[in-house]
Amino acid sequence: MTKSGLIEAVAEKTPHISKKDTEIVVNTIFDSMTQALKKGERIEIRGFGSFQVKIREAREGRNPKTGEPVHISAKRTPFFKVGKELKEMVDNVPPEAVQPNSARELA
Amino acid sequence: MTKAEIVEQIYEQVGFSKKESAELVETVFETIKQTLSMGEKVKISGFGNFVVRPKNARKGRNPQTGQEILLEARRVLTFKPSLVLKNILNDEPVDSSMLAAENRD
Repeated sequence: MTKSGLIEAVAEKTPHISKKDTEIVVNTIFDSMTQALKKGERIEIRGFGSFQVKIREAREGRNPKTGEPVHISAKRTPFFKVGKELKEMVDNVPPEAVQPNSARELA
Repeated sequence: MTKAEIVEQIYEQVGFSKKESAELVETVFETIKQTLSMGEKVKISGFGNFVVRPKNARKGRNPQTGQEILLEARRVLTFKPSLVLKNILNDEPVDSSMLAAENRD
């Protein structure tokens, strides 16, 4: 599913709102999330997951073609951690089937 | 930032009522969740791709007791951030060719 597919699906579920408006809403959601991350804010969507920006330290890398050493400067990278509910949905395991301290929990 | 703050942004920037904004934000995340739970990936151009990946069963160990355990095969969700998002976070230029590159399947 692409962003336009998402807009389509959401528009179908909310027939009282035009597709054009749905598109604006979807874009505004991801724009505001991008802006929050840009400010270094953590985002937490309950039941979905959380996003956080981490800093990757500068390091000495190597050009894989020439073998020449290159300097790679520090970078900010977004990370996503899946929330419990979505994690279980994706794995198709009903929450009640997950035992505390099971192998799954330790993973 | 929480879901409530995203709803607030929709209310302020788009002009829907708070109730409608909340309903829309909820529907967007629910739709993404349902799609992923069917194993289908969700690609948000300019933000990133959410992809469900299978993991093979493997032997693990309880780190506390050292006891060997079997970790069953499972499916996990991964997020690959868009080059556009990564560049925005690093104050690097963003151009349309990046979008074109990531929209290719």
